[in-house]
Parts: sequence; C-alpha cells; structure tokens
Amino acid sequence: MTVNTAPKPAKTRGIETARARQAFWLLLPTLIAIALVAGYPLYRTIYFSMFEANLTAPDQKTFIGLGNFWFTTEDGIALGFLQDPQWWGAVKNTLLFTVISVFLETVFGMIIALVVNSAFKGRGFLRTAMLVPWAIPTVVSAQMWAYLYNDSFGLVGRGVLGGVALLASSNEFLGVEQRIWAMIAVDVWKTTSFMALLILAGLQSLPSDMYEAADMDGASKWTQFWRLTLPLLRPALLVALVFRSLDALRVFDIMSVMLGNVSAARTSMTGYARQALIDNQLLGMGSAVSVAVFVIIMVIVVIYVTAFRVKFD
Amino acid sequence: MNLKSKNPTLYYLQRAAFYLLVIVIGVYLLAPFFWAVLTSLRSPGDLFLTPTQFIAAKTTLSNYTEVFANPNFQRGLLQSLIVAVGSVAISLLLGAFSAYALGRFRFKGKAIVMYVILAVSVFPQIAVLSGLYTLINNFGLYNNPLGLIMSYLIFTIPFTVWVLTSFVRDIPGELEEAALVDGASPLQTLFLVLFPVMMPALVTTGLLAFINAWNEYLFALTFTSTNRTVPVVIANYSGATQFDQPWGQIMAASIVVTVPLIILVLVFQRNIVSGLTAGAVKG
Repeated sequence: MTVNTAPKPAKTRGIETARARQAFWLLLPTLIAIALVAGYPLYRTIYFSMFEANLTAPDQKTFIGLGNFWFTTEDGIALGFLQDPQWWGAVKNTLLFTVISVFLETVFGMIIALVVNSAFKGRGFLRTAMLVPWAIPTVVSAQMWAYLYNDSFGLVGRGVLGGVALLASSNEFLGVEQRIWAMIAVDVWKTTSFMALLILAGLQSLPSDMYEAADMDGASKWTQFWRLTLPLLRPALLVALVFRSLDALRVFDIMSVMLGNVSAARTSMTGYARQALIDNQLLGMGSAVSVAVFVIIMVIVVIYVTAFRVKFD
Repeated sequence: MNLKSKNPTLYYLQRAAFYLLVIVIGVYLLAPFFWAVLTSLRSPGDLFLTPTQFIAAKTTLSNYTEVFANPNFQRGLLQSLIVAVGSVAISLLLGAFSAYALGRFRFKGKAIVMYVILAVSVFPQIAVLSGLYTLINNFGLYNNPLGLIMSYLIFTIPFTVWVLTSFVRDIPGELEEAALVDGASPLQTLFLVLFPVMMPALVTTGLLAFINAWNEYLFALTFTSTNRTVPVVIANYSGATQFDQPWGQIMAASIVVTVPLIILVLVFQRNIVSGLTAGAVKG
C-alpha cells in the first residue's frame, strides 16, 4: 500500500502511509470473509452454469457452454430454461408480486407514517403496534396467514370476513394466478411497517419552519403534502424503494411456506432456481437460473440508481 | 385550530374520521397476530368453532407444553441460537474493525471497498446458493451449524459494516487523537477508546443482524437436514402424533419464537429506527 499525494512534509506523509497500512490490516479480515462467502461462491455459480452436472457428483461434469440457458436437441426438444414457459411464468409472477406489493407498501406506509407523525392520543401505541409485523419472522407470518387462509379453520379462508379460499384451489395451474394475490397481501402486511418506519424517520427530519411558512401563506394540507413533503422525502423514499424492490424480487420464504416448493417454483424466480438446483439436483441448470436471477436483479439496481440518481452515502 | 370555533361540526367530523383511520390501521397491524395468539391458546377441538365462540372458548396452555416437548423444536431453538449468535459475533468483530478503518482513516481505494460491500448487500442469496452448497459439501459442513454461520456472513457483514461506519463517522475525533498522542496502537484505540463509545451502536446493529440471522430460511432449508433452525422447523411443523396439521401447536411455536423478538424490538425501539435508517436510508 502506497499513498501518492502532492509533496508534503515528510513527517505527515509517514503518518499517512502508516495509517493506510493500518487501514488495510483492519479491513483485511472483512475482505477475506466477503471473498470467501460471496465472491468465490458467486464465481463457482457462474462457472457451474456452463456445465451439465449433477448436484450429487459435481466433479463429473461436461462443458456445454450456454446450453443450460438455451439448447434444443436434434429431436427438437427444448432443454434450456429460457425455453421453459414455467420459468417465464415465475418471472412474470415475481415482477407482478414486486410491482404491486412495493406500490401498496409505499402508499400504506406513507399513510401510516403521516398518521403517526401527527399529534393525537394513542400515538405511542400506534407507533409500537407498527413494529409488530416487522418484528415477526417471515416464515412465522407466512404460517399465520396460511392458517388464516385455510379453508376449514381460517378466518379468511372460511369466508367469515367475506374472504375466499385463496389457497384452496384444486387446480394447481389455475391456482397460481389467484394465489399470487394472496401472497401479495401477506407481503404487504408484513413489510408495510418497514416502509412506514423509514418514511416516518424521513418525515421527522423535515424542517418544521417550512410548514409554518406554508401555513402562513395559506397553503392547504393537501398542497403542502404534494409540494413540500413529497419532494423533500424523495431521497429517503427512493432508497427505501430500492431496498424493498430488491427484497421482493428475491422472494422465496412466503411462497415456499404457504404453497410448498413445487408451487413456489411457479411463483418466484428464486423458487424456480432452487427447485432446479436442489429438488431436481441439476447443478448446472440451477446455477444457470441463479445467474439469470442475479443478472435481472443487477440490471434493475443499475436502472434504479441511474434513473433516479439514487445517492448512497 | 381555527376550525374548532368556526365550524365545530366539520372539526369533529374530521377528528372522528381521523380516529377511525387510526383504529383501522391498528386493527390491520395487530389482528393477524392477535388471532395467532388466540389460536395458540385454544385446544385443537375448538378450531372449528365460529369466531365468536372461538374467542369465548376455554384457554389452555397445552399447545405450548406440547411444543416445548417436541424434540425437533427444542433442537431448532438451540441451532438457531448457535447460528445467529455465531454469525452476529463474527460480523460485529469484523464490522467494527472495518468501520473504524472506513470511518476514520483516509486511504486510496476506500470508495471501492465501500461499493463492494454495498454490492454484496444487494446480492440475491440464490446467486451464491449452488457455489456455497458445493463448497459446504467439500468442507464437510453440510448439516453443520458452522456452515450456516459462514453462509449468514454474506448478509450480516455488509449490514454491520455499513451501520457501524456511519456511526463511527459521528464520533468526535478528539477521543481518538488523545489516545494516539498517548501512544496507543490502532487496536488499543479501537478496543479501549472506541468500543465503549460504540456500545449502543454495537447493541443495535447486533440486534438487527441477529433478527435477520434468526429469520433466515433459504440457506437453513438448503444446507441442513436434521440440524434445522427454528424457521425451517416451523415451516415443516408436524406434531408428536400424525395429525393433519396441528395449527394450535404451529401458532404456539410461532409465538414462542416471535415474542422474544417483539420484546427486544420494543425495548430498543428508538435505537432500531436509527439503526434501520443508517443501514437502509443512507445506503
């Protein structure tokens, strides 16, 4: 590690070099850990995506290039996962899930944050209640809702509250379409709190004198919200949106717990990848799907960051 | 404020509408959890009752006794505890080192390190699943809590580094300068001077990382067979006898793993909001 800067007194440079060396040693364990648990496994996933290999015997592999992605045999049998309609169904369902649930969470989160941010009796209670769904593990909330949706025991599933048996469709294939809405409802319930917490933190950092000035000028609350609150909240809101969207795109827990892994493969990209990799033991194919999920998510990150000029730090 | 004297009817209508909204939000947030608690306190035979009869039915703790007697659940609790505490301890230690370097030192390549860590935090877990699976098998760590501890570092490390870095930046520099003048080494400065100041941040970050590790499902489901963590046990819960699905027990198990988290979250309310915003809003 060397530090090249404009000529400085020798003593300062000595300290700077020493500091840089110390910083390197302080960071080294973290960098090694990240390389070990993220970098190298990612490399191996990409590597295996170009082979035909079985999970039980990774060493007996054949190089097939991009065959896992797109490959048609001489008999016209499509083997690449990009030729599998079920993959595209999973992509469609995941995107639908992400767009609708993140949109609803943002709207509900905004409403809850605005309510909690205003002065009223019981504010402390609501603020506390807000933390409950967020603190509940995803698997637990999935089980709770699976029970609520259950057609012989559940509050919603028995139609007590005007609900329908969302999970009880006897037809696996037809069922997915309506089930995705049941999954969205669960995700919205679970993560609206997170959105509300972040928006609330943003709201509380807004300067109050601007609102006083706006009151003086006779601006209505409605105008104040659209002209002041929303533009000022933009940075916080955008970063929250990015993180929630990324979480929703890699969703797996909810579908796996509530629908089982077979249906999860039709409703989430991660579920599809995991089914190929673990349930079907196709190491090469599963890795290829994982690479595709990784690429899709990274492309969306780049679009978000450039389109909205999201600034980190 | 003026509305109250000018047009009392409209004012009270507005207040009523507002409180109605508050009640709707409160019910929406708490009702599913309340229903789960209620179910965990009812005997299996009562599950068929209509909602009003169900609320009035006899309260029993039998689901809880059965859950705690379930060997899978006991094992799950132990495994979850080992895995979550292990990965959080490692992440906090490494995270504190890194945060000290990133928050206090100026050096070439700092921005790159920050971006690498940020990039890892948006990694979809599935992207490393097959790579990690083969690695864990090669090292003989399948079904071993060590394998899970290692794999959880992928999300706990970036998180702790980010939150702690933003915290270290806000610590006044005089503290550390005084230590340097007294001839303390960077490690002494970190452990003796900064750690005590960082305590609240370490507790908050540790708690949030613990919650994430405690909740993790995909890796736990994939990298273990018998040494399962609590989320996997709950997802595949079957009672001692071969019932269809013992909902009362499932809800009891769910409450058991959730209540400690809720208590922790409520106790550390304020710190958690600041930890979340440091971790999420600032990046």
